[in-house]
Amino acid sequence: MGGFVSRGFRSRRRPDAETAERLPPGQYLTRDFPVLSAGPTPRTSLSTWDFSVVGALPEPRRWTWDEFQALPTETVTKDIHCVTKWSKFDTVWEGVSLDTLLAGVETDATHLVAFCDGGYTTNLPLAEVTGGRAWVAFTFDGAPLAPEHGGPARLLVPHLYFWKSAKWVRGLELVERDRPGFWETLGYHNHADPWREQRYQGD
Amino acid sequence: MVELETAVVGQPRRLPWLAATVAAKIPETPEATTVLFDVPGWPGHRPGQHVDVRLTAEDGYQAQRSYSIASPPEASQLALTVQRLGDGEVSPYLTDEVRPGDLIELRGPIGGYFTWTVADGGPLLLVAGGSGVAPLMAMVRHRAAAGGGPPATLLYSSRSWDEIIFRDELAGLVVADDGLAVVHTLTRSQPPGWTGYGRRVDAAMLGEVFGPPTAGAVAYACGPTPLVERAATDLLALGYAPDRIRTERFGPSGG
Repeated sequence: MGGFVSRGFRSRRRPDAETAERLPPGQYLTRDFPVLSAGPTPRTSLSTWDFSVVGALPEPRRWTWDEFQALPTETVTKDIHCVTKWSKFDTVWEGVSLDTLLAGVETDATHLVAFCDGGYTTNLPLAEVTGGRAWVAFTFDGAPLAPEHGGPARLLVPHLYFWKSAKWVRGLELVERDRPGFWETLGYHNHADPWREQRYQGD
Repeated sequence: MVELETAVVGQPRRLPWLAATVAAKIPETPEATTVLFDVPGWPGHRPGQHVDVRLTAEDGYQAQRSYSIASPPEASQLALTVQRLGDGEVSPYLTDEVRPGDLIELRGPIGGYFTWTVADGGPLLLVAGGSGVAPLMAMVRHRAAAGGGPPATLLYSSRSWDEIIFRDELAGLVVADDGLAVVHTLTRSQPPGWTGYGRRVDAAMLGEVFGPPTAGAVAYACGPTPLVERAATDLLALGYAPDRIRTERFGPSGG
């Protein structure tokens, strides 16, 4: 908090108590679904799409689109929070849990780097993407995920700012040392917890 | 250029909230206003970057929003050009309520990808929709302040002639500079005798305005999502490399 009063500023849409409780600091509630990305939207054919887990594990794992669809899926309802200040409540996703994708992996890795069509990357601590906290989602609101929202599949890590939920994700590289991704090397926070308002480096 | 300051221990310093004083307001269009700020302690910025604005009401309620910086690094005052969103709470405050002498909090600069300086080379291709012109205007103004630089072309989509932000300034810059071209398209209404484009940005228009890719070309598109998606997809189809097309969205959300 902190800050000084700006003359004449008053709330025009103060959230109700329940909304306020669910909104991390500095966020506001939106009902639409803004699109943010740094470059053109990649379009990958499902016939060539695959998902892999590579890096610090004995044998890389790889699934084709059909194999991926055959994995056990979960449908989850989550609040999401974008560093550009909007939050959206009760978003419904279907996808494969990272617990499933990483099940039984023997690794010394501490982190992963998600890699994507278009070259985007983002880094996450392994401990924060297991235990039912992260998914590779391929539907939103019951329909196939639209390309501008990251389709055919995106990472979903709802407890962190949404740039960590990498669009167009194609795999996870397990790494033994943390390696900052795209926005994490361009001034944004390495960890990105919205409840601690970790927007930018140094926050 | 500006780097985030790094403290001795190697931990980056937190971007501090700064007290910004409203120095002037410039009406740009019926819906858009530029607010000029004096910001003691401002560390400088690169064209294309943005700031976070934080407002506090007397009862302690706070609201934050991000706004692109429209002024070039060479300017002494920081310019935010704000489109008024009817149901917003920060944009109407900035366009309607603030007056010179008022204080707001801001911090920045933020964003290290959607940026361009003359040192980055070109040709520079800019596609703007509505108030999405703001960060691109910082690039155009920086290029002019630097005395030219690589050729630059701005394709700017507005709903009508009266809604073109920076219209006269852009016209003046074009007259003064052979290396700068500005092409308008007016999507909803056109003035009598208008011979320019009168439709949404599409592949044919992008091809006519920008031509095929040349070495060094770099494109920046900023505006509403449909325009940015269209422009980025069509520039790819024209042969521009994906890593030379940078995008930023100004959605209807927020305010």
